[in-house]
Amino acid sequence: MSTIVYIPKDAAALSVGADAVAQAIAEQARARSLTVTIKRNGSRGLLWLEPLIEVETATGRVAYGPVSLADVPGLFEASFLQGGAHALHQGLTEQIPYFKNQQRLTFARVGLIEPTNLQDYCAHDGYRGLRQTLQMGQAQIVQAVTDSGLRGRGGAAFPTGIKWKTVLDAPAAQKYVTCNADEGDSGTFADRMLMEGDPFALIEGMTIAGIAVGATRGFIYLRAEYPHAYRTLNEAIAVATSQGYLGANVLGSGHRFDLEVRLGAGAYICGEETSMLESLEGRRGEVRVRPPLPAIKGLFGMPTIVNNVISLASVPIILDKGASFYRDFGTGKSRGTLPIQLAGNLKRGGLVERAFGVSLRELLYDYAGGSASGRPIRTVQIGGPLGAYVPAAQFDTPVDYEALSEIGALLGHGGIVAFDDTVDMAHMARYAMEFCAIESCGKCTPCRIGSTRGMEVIDRIMVGVNPQQNLTLLEELCDTMLNGSLCGLGGMTPFPVQSALKHFRQDFLKFRNP
Amino acid sequence: MISQIHSIIERFRSEPGPLILVLHAIQAEFGYIPEEAKAVVADGLNLSRAEVHGVVSFYHFFRHSPPGRHVVQLCRAEACQSMHADKLATHAQHRLGIGFHETTADGEFSLEPVYCLGNCACSPAMMVDGQLYGRMSNERFDEVLAEQQLPHQRPGS
Repeated sequence: MSTIVYIPKDAAALSVGADAVAQAIAEQARARSLTVTIKRNGSRGLLWLEPLIEVETATGRVAYGPVSLADVPGLFEASFLQGGAHALHQGLTEQIPYFKNQQRLTFARVGLIEPTNLQDYCAHDGYRGLRQTLQMGQAQIVQAVTDSGLRGRGGAAFPTGIKWKTVLDAPAAQKYVTCNADEGDSGTFADRMLMEGDPFALIEGMTIAGIAVGATRGFIYLRAEYPHAYRTLNEAIAVATSQGYLGANVLGSGHRFDLEVRLGAGAYICGEETSMLESLEGRRGEVRVRPPLPAIKGLFGMPTIVNNVISLASVPIILDKGASFYRDFGTGKSRGTLPIQLAGNLKRGGLVERAFGVSLRELLYDYAGGSASGRPIRTVQIGGPLGAYVPAAQFDTPVDYEALSEIGALLGHGGIVAFDDTVDMAHMARYAMEFCAIESCGKCTPCRIGSTRGMEVIDRIMVGVNPQQNLTLLEELCDTMLNGSLCGLGGMTPFPVQSALKHFRQDFLKFRNP
Repeated sequence: MISQIHSIIERFRSEPGPLILVLHAIQAEFGYIPEEAKAVVADGLNLSRAEVHGVVSFYHFFRHSPPGRHVVQLCRAEACQSMHADKLATHAQHRLGIGFHETTADGEFSLEPVYCLGNCACSPAMMVDGQLYGRMSNERFDEVLAEQQLPHQRPGS
């Protein structure tokens, strides 16, 4: 009898040697005349344990990790194929507290199944949402998404159902569904993990969106930094098309939906929705002035849904299990679950999907186990390079849109980057300005010029040139960028700077040698 | 070269908004966007040369000159910074004897900054020729270079 061994092919697992481990296990098994079937799954999200291999046993999947090439002979000697004891033995994967104490809805299948195996997908509740959709009217589908309380997971948190209704109600010969997969925020990798680990969930969500609003064509705008996701998505689209889940007649329903992946080209600004549309049209990714909203006049001037990967991938379970099932998770106006990404200087970095409302402290200490360096965590940046730095004194704040907003922070795409007490916050504030200067599309002055001036002012403060006047100048500059920029890049770059000034002002006043 | 570019244009001409598709295909073929390609693309897609140049120069991904045989992309974003990517960057520059956006004199390695590779729980991260690496250290950087099986030892380094 052949033993099944799961070894992820998620890019993060590959980045720490999963392919070499897979090869060594196959070779060792052959040399020992053991029959092993290696399946390449996505990542379970316990990223500090990658490469995390799992052995299928009578009691469930047993995890070992992090497995290096040198560990492989020892694992065989410890009879890992029977779940034997070993220093890397982690017990049943689903009993590992980090995993067990999660609420996996959107990520239910990620790491569990073979990503591009359609049968595997269907055997784990895949395409039940779409089949349900085909029994419903368009308005009814949109209403279900509205009732679920789902808000855009890309960062703007706009109610998804309201966006869809605008597109549904806009009369046009052609409409589009676009997926924003330009996941450029540092500290975020949920989109990547989903696309690599369960691409059919995104494809199903987009198909449902297309049917709901009458769009026959979809585009996934994927960042060029994600070559693994690109390959997986294209493979999954080919499979779905060949099996009738995409194409001229989706599951014989008479609905057409064609889907293609388009690559970005290394511009952070293209994660802004109008800039993304410009880029999809083959132009410079300069932001558009709104109105008109993309839902009215979007891609090629037509009504267009623009949703993030996680928003779209959450749609199938909403349609399958019902709006109230999803809405019953969460708190206040933050409904459902959020895949939170724990990143940076943490002992146990990874993906934690939980209903809204879990506290930062629980995430940073109970899940992540504190800093990787063993030093105190001084601050976390939430929501990417445009997100505020939150000091340790505020770690009891719950993770939901409103609570974070109350302390002047934002949730964004749910990435949390931890820094220990060696961080220089003046340096991080300068980096925020530098990043904005590199990535500004150049269309509006506060962002294009303000970011460069911001760097220069912080440089002067850091070497002690008229620090008080320059700090005042920096605050005024932040105010100008915040209120005068055309989009979120220039408009939000002040958040990390202002929060660093507010909570860590002393870092700006310890002068360095020029 | 010109005939290859013509065939790339033909392949994508009927797609909606084809310019970036064409540029990706050209860079996949040549490793960069040759200056002489711009006029051909403009003509083939009925765009102005300014429009083509504007798009090429807007996107960090498109190169204006041929890269080294291996492209090393180091992540410089916050999560990697929290795990001391700055030190790794200093080491990489010293080891290769070049700065960012430069190519070694022997044409082996180009060093490029990148802002997030989506490997933020395994920081610091880098990518070499499309292959992702995580939990980087100075030692591991040297090992990965050695794995490219090409001479990278520079006199005096």
